[in-house]
Amino acid sequence: MTELADQPVLRERPDRPAPRRPARRVPTPVLLIAPSLIFMTALFVWPTVVAVGQAFTGDDGPTAAYVRRMVDDPSFWPAVRYTALLIVVLIPIQFAFALTMALLLRERPRFAGVYFYLWVVPLAISDLAAGLVWLSIFTDRGYLNSVLDHLGVAGYSWLQFDHPVTMFLAVMVAELWRATSLVLVIVVAGLQGIPKDYDEAAAVFGATYWQRLRHVLLPQLRPSLQVAVILRTILALQTFAVAQALTGRNLPLLVGETYRWYNALLNPNVAAALALVVLGVSLLAAAGYLRLLREHPEARG
Amino acid sequence: MRRPWARAAAVQAACVAITLFMAVPMYLIALAALSSRESLNRFPLPLLPTDLSTETMSAFLRSTGVVPAFLNSLQVGLGTLVLSLLVGVPAGWALARYAFRGKEPYQLFLLLTRALPIVVLSVPLAKVFLTSGLYDTTYAVTLLHTALALPTTVLITAAVFVGVPRDQEEAAMIFGATPVQAFLRVVVPQALPGVAAAAMFAFVLSWNEVLGATILTLNQRTLPAQVLSTLSDSPLAYRFAGGLALVLPALLFIALMRRYLLNMWGATLR
Amino acid sequence: MAEVVVRNLVKTYAASAHRATDDVSLEVADGEFVVLVGPSGCGKTTLLRMVAGLETPDSGTVHIGGRDVTGLPARQRRVSMVFQSYAIFPHMRVRQNIGFGLAMRKVDRQELERRVQRAAELLQLEDYLDRFPAQLSGGQRQRVAVARAIVVDADVLLMDEPLSNLDALLRLQFRTELKKLVRQLGTTTLYVTHDQAEAMSLGDRVAVMRDGRIAQIGTPLAVYDRPDEQFVGGFLGAPPMNFFPAQVRLRGADPQLVVGEDTWPAPAHLKAYADRSVLVGVRAENIQVTADPPAAGPGAQPGWSAAVVEVVEPTGAAVLLTVRLDTHQLKVQAPPGFPARPDDTVWLRSAPEMLRFFDPETSLALVTT
Ligand SMILES: Nc1ncnc2c1ncn2[C@@H]1O[C@H](COP(=O)(O)OP(=O)(O)O)[C@@H](O)[C@H]1O
Ligand SMILES: [Mg+2]
Repeated sequence: MTELADQPVLRERPDRPAPRRPARRVPTPVLLIAPSLIFMTALFVWPTVVAVGQAFTGDDGPTAAYVRRMVDDPSFWPAVRYTALLIVVLIPIQFAFALTMALLLRERPRFAGVYFYLWVVPLAISDLAAGLVWLSIFTDRGYLNSVLDHLGVAGYSWLQFDHPVTMFLAVMVAELWRATSLVLVIVVAGLQGIPKDYDEAAAVFGATYWQRLRHVLLPQLRPSLQVAVILRTILALQTFAVAQALTGRNLPLLVGETYRWYNALLNPNVAAALALVVLGVSLLAAAGYLRLLREHPEARG
Repeated sequence: MRRPWARAAAVQAACVAITLFMAVPMYLIALAALSSRESLNRFPLPLLPTDLSTETMSAFLRSTGVVPAFLNSLQVGLGTLVLSLLVGVPAGWALARYAFRGKEPYQLFLLLTRALPIVVLSVPLAKVFLTSGLYDTTYAVTLLHTALALPTTVLITAAVFVGVPRDQEEAAMIFGATPVQAFLRVVVPQALPGVAAAAMFAFVLSWNEVLGATILTLNQRTLPAQVLSTLSDSPLAYRFAGGLALVLPALLFIALMRRYLLNMWGATLR
Repeated sequence: MAEVVVRNLVKTYAASAHRATDDVSLEVADGEFVVLVGPSGCGKTTLLRMVAGLETPDSGTVHIGGRDVTGLPARQRRVSMVFQSYAIFPHMRVRQNIGFGLAMRKVDRQELERRVQRAAELLQLEDYLDRFPAQLSGGQRQRVAVARAIVVDADVLLMDEPLSNLDALLRLQFRTELKKLVRQLGTTTLYVTHDQAEAMSLGDRVAVMRDGRIAQIGTPLAVYDRPDEQFVGGFLGAPPMNFFPAQVRLRGADPQLVVGEDTWPAPAHLKAYADRSVLVGVRAENIQVTADPPAAGPGAQPGWSAAVVEVVEPTGAAVLLTVRLDTHQLKVQAPPGFPARPDDTVWLRSAPEMLRFFDPETSLALVTT
């Protein structure tokens, strides 16, 4: 083998090293992934370590002072409550909505292409923009009250600080509008992976639409749905700019509080502690995600 | 069984209703942003575009910081695009073409990084950047956004390269191509649209990201960061104009990327 | 044109424990058409890819036209190849696909056009030159892959199951066309298939592979007729060769075979195996069969054995019988219109020179001198 390297190589440059030197260098794929690995370690792992330091060390050694300040803040528990409420109420509605949309598209109505396009546009709309879009509707002299006025109904201050229910509803509608498209594409992609045969076979055997949905389609869609649930949970935890745009900080959410501690109160330590709370909950969701992948490797996509 | 036309009509009606829910807010923000200041002060607001004007939009564009923020957004977005491709495409290639030890853990690592909330990165990164002099530069935001886009870039490009069979590269080499020529003449032309989609994804992610950009900068705001940080003391007209400025690129992006949406968000972003 | 000499090629894939090719040696003469045939996973593709330069052997050498090419990359070996998946480039038109090898070798434009045109004519692709592969049928894509391979005038043409993705009728048609085409070109060809009929019909010589080794190589008829081991006889031919055990007995000076309760005459050279058991191999078409009891009644005329019909399959050109002889199942080819039904009794015999003998232990052909 060794003499091959010395062979005259036609006219072309010997741009290939002699095959299989016994002393192997770093394997090519490792070289190829190394930059991304270094980059992500530097920007994911390192900041996480720094965050722990920020949250738990004061001027003189370890301290729980920042954590205590965080918990003692009057907005903390409302923020936890609203964030949890948002997840618990929004996500089921969102999934029902997305499933309905996907099943409607599966009926192949006319203009399905146009519908799909319009329904997924929010994929690329930022949460801040979504908040501003709905602000034009819900604000006191906005479009909703204008319509009500045209109808002869008195307007309502939807976003006023002492109307928490409508404030929360406004945030929820805006999130439903913005973030359902993500669930939709996951479900549509999942549906595409399901051969029509099963569905048709079930129909041949006399199953009604609802029976087919319940016993044929949904079970096969389960991996996609589970993945979407976890992803949406992690993202919903981070809801922030929508509420900011609609309500200022009248409706406290966890990430919004982090922003306030950092930006308005200039206390990065408490902000870091809050960020770690968000991280903790996200990691719980991610752990569920990983377990899911182990059970359904096909869900990785 | 119901009559087929009744069923089709019901489906159409439902589709139209959903479409109205999705499209009407977009129409309204455009209407608000393109109304004159005077008509925005009227109540009830006109629901039809009877009084269009560029007054609100141009006032927004003339406000302090908006044009520089727009330029910053552009710079950060392009920087994120280039950097995430530079770092991500080789990794995607490795995932698509090689079996190597550590491949599984690496993929898990990629998936895990998606679970890390932006806020967890931003706060400590601000501290790290402060000490390294990167704080309040577009580079800092670019680095953050690249980190956020990278896992998706790697997974999309891996899927794209898997779509070009190894056979074809080998055929090219049999017929006289060097490995580099085979890559350039066979793989690149077929992978280009998919890689372009990944690039657009990175750009849009950066264009939309607001929290990290706000925390990592003071003066070098990106557009969303600028809008967010001036939100509480700006008039409604300014906010509506900002909303439209942020929504418009989304329409364009989705129109360009329709073919790849399912791949990007549906399959790969799982 | 060039000959291919493969010596002692060993290849073990990183992921696996056993050898994909195990010390394979093979010579293909200049202009010869050699077919590698064997069951799936026996190492045919691996061997072909090592000749092509797409896989590096652990040890052993490949020479093409007297040149040691073992360490050379594929592009410097002057080989060309048709892939099982065709591997034509979907982003190029048929014209560019066929001309790819010439363009890579910087053949001048006019010459390139001329040669692409000629190859397209040979494969009846003239009307499709400006289409993309996605606009072609499976058969047309296959032709493009062949055209791309022949247009470069390589020293050696390699083909890896080029017909296996076509439906049965097209496969038969292309087999004939391919044979004609390669004859015309006279290029040294190494052709891989798992289809024994394809191997028999195409090859000047056929190499039957098993478990990473070449079990036997020879002209199709020689390999078909005198398999070196039971595996080869069982792999080639449809139906495959029948095998059943028998005892060799001497009657006077003449050896005889005891099959169940009957005795069959045996060729003289079996004398050396007297009183040992052997494995008898016989092809379906080499068994004589009759529905009438042989003239003097069973047993009176030595060599006729009674068998019970289990299945009757008319194939048009013949009737294929599955019969039970003693405890062994045999396939027997009867003339068309042969009157037999399941559970009928028929009588069989075979000329001694049509019988092949194998060692029951090693499954290798008995040395018959
Ligand atoms: N890339 C590979 N990695 C690991 N093992 C392989 C690879 N390619 C083939 N093999 C194994 O090597 C053996 C021979 O394969 P191959 O040459 O493809 O057989 P054939 O073409 O005769 O079907 C098989 O056992 C197969 O599983
Ligand atoms: Mg093979």
